[in-house]
Amino acid sequence: MGATSYRAETKRVLTPVSKRKKRIPYIIAYGVLGVTTLPVILMYLWLLLRSFFEQMKYGFIPVHFTLENWQFLWSSVEHGGSSLPSIWTATWNSFVFSGTLTILEVIIGVMAGYALARIEFPGRQALMKTTLLLHAFPSIALLIAVYYILNFMGLFDSLFGVVLVKTALQIPMTAWIVKGFFDDVPWDVEWAGLIDGCSRLKVWFTIVLPLIKPGIAAVSIFSFLSGWSEFLLLYTFILSDGNVTLSSYLQRLISDPNLVNYGLLSAVSLFYMLPVLLFFIFTQKSLMQVSVGGGKRV
Amino acid sequence: MKIELKNICKSFNKKTNTIDNLSLTIEDGEFVALLGPSGCGKSTTMLMIAGIYKPDSGEIYFEDQLVNDLEPKDRNIGMVFQSYALYPHMTVLDNIAFPLKQQKVPKEERIKRAKQVAEMVQLEHLLDRKPSELSGGQQQRVALARAIVKKPKVLLLDEPMSNLDARLKIEMREEISRIQKELGITTILVTHDQEEAMTMADRIAVMKEGKIIQYSTPMELYKYPKDYFVAQFIGTPPMNFLKGKLSNRRLHLQNMTIELDREFLNFHGGEADVNVGIRPHDLKLGNSGDILFKGTVNMVEPIGHSQIVNVKICNEQVRFFVEPNTKMEYGREIEISADISAIHLFDAVTGRNLKNVHESQRQVKEYSFHSQE
Repeated sequence: MGATSYRAETKRVLTPVSKRKKRIPYIIAYGVLGVTTLPVILMYLWLLLRSFFEQMKYGFIPVHFTLENWQFLWSSVEHGGSSLPSIWTATWNSFVFSGTLTILEVIIGVMAGYALARIEFPGRQALMKTTLLLHAFPSIALLIAVYYILNFMGLFDSLFGVVLVKTALQIPMTAWIVKGFFDDVPWDVEWAGLIDGCSRLKVWFTIVLPLIKPGIAAVSIFSFLSGWSEFLLLYTFILSDGNVTLSSYLQRLISDPNLVNYGLLSAVSLFYMLPVLLFFIFTQKSLMQVSVGGGKRV
Repeated sequence: MKIELKNICKSFNKKTNTIDNLSLTIEDGEFVALLGPSGCGKSTTMLMIAGIYKPDSGEIYFEDQLVNDLEPKDRNIGMVFQSYALYPHMTVLDNIAFPLKQQKVPKEERIKRAKQVAEMVQLEHLLDRKPSELSGGQQQRVALARAIVKKPKVLLLDEPMSNLDARLKIEMREEISRIQKELGITTILVTHDQEEAMTMADRIAVMKEGKIIQYSTPMELYKYPKDYFVAQFIGTPPMNFLKGKLSNRRLHLQNMTIELDREFLNFHGGEADVNVGIRPHDLKLGNSGDILFKGTVNMVEPIGHSQIVNVKICNEQVRFFVEPNTKMEYGREIEISADISAIHLFDAVTGRNLKNVHESQRQVKEYSFHSQE
């Protein structure tokens, strides 16, 4: 009895102190993170406000609400003396570019990843080592060579040509990520499929692929986002207005530093970001859930 | 279906053979266990029968048909894996019906047959669940149902019970035996658990380093182990071994000299170091047997219906059973004895059993086994 009351007393004295002490690391961590991320958050806020107001007094106080900056959505834009192509053409092109890239990259990457993970062939080890090197290779160093190739193949100034270039540069990393997912699929499950009456290809399609769905989802999202934000290759290899994409469209708005219309620029930037945000909100669940395996692990 | 392996070799690196010139015949409807320590090649052998691995040399016959190059899907086999290898993205019903789907059985019949099999393994109330929502024992039942649903000619079981707890193991053991008998399906069980092999199999192939050491019925393995390896592997608690010396027909054991019958030995002259094996059940407290040992009690383990007593004799230890109400004290001097007929002699170098197995004994053994069936 005495012991319990003693314990209760000390607890009462100790709790507030220890609680505050426990919190200190969190306070420090969040404090540091908050201060460092503040500029980023403020910039986004500025972007949003700037697109809806006529001007910013002293650079940060919004004055006079307007929708004028968003006019580009329904009418063509005159900028620096020349008229820009329709924003919807650029958006459509961006979707086509990212979509085709994603499809190609996932199909090739998933097959390559399976081969790297499961099939014994000569040069497999060497290939795995060099794929990562290839990924580290800066695409800017390839620009001239790629220009000659595209020109030779008649794919210069065509979206599909750039898709091929971008796919080639992305495949190594995709295959590598997908290989990791295939590695986690136990051999037993695949063997069970073979014994239950499937061919190797059918096992791959009906059993192994569904098991790495989260991996495929992750890779698709990554490649779509990287296609959406691709700038350098598109800027270099696309000339005609009909093939312009959103990133190049933005570039045109800031090409002449003396003529930048910040209101328009903010509005187009936000428009450019919107699909990415939506896409991320809808797909982040499948990015998070990663579970593979056929029952108890051995 | 009768399965025949002839001179199978398989190697995963170029230096050593994982399976070394192995031959094995499994009769139609027979339940055979491949028993051995891990890494002895028993799973490899099974995967070759399944068609997952191809033998480097040798032939595999299913009912006189050479199947070396037959794809697994065309072999009409069912298999239960140690990890169960269920398809996690399918429900229990879909898992069980999957082999039928591959055979293009119409949907209605497929579901009907899957449900029948599920009933057989008492899973009918779990058909809509995903494998991750089942316990280990239930997952095991699903794997078994999936393996037998297409009525395969051969059932392969790869350590199917090593992930179950002791009680469930006994339950599943009985269930698998029952289903096997009911369907009359040729079955091969891979296991490292000698008790599992002894209780379930009609015949056991004891394997070591890619070779079959002995292939016979459980009782024969127990009573007439051909080899030191088999003797120490079969039986719980394991056989006791004492070091001895054989010169002609005299056995020197501890400080005794035992004169052995001419017929007792299958050993021709000279001297040899031997391991003398005595089953714990053959050792009795007191001096009623032919060979007498004196020792001190080292450890007592009560197991309910009896006690396992560990006795130290000189520098060696033996285990034997005593009645549960006999009082055993640590450190006490006791006398234990065994009959000469109960001992086994193994050459310490070759491991060969030097005891003569009477042909008559063997025949009686086989007869009694078949009559049990």
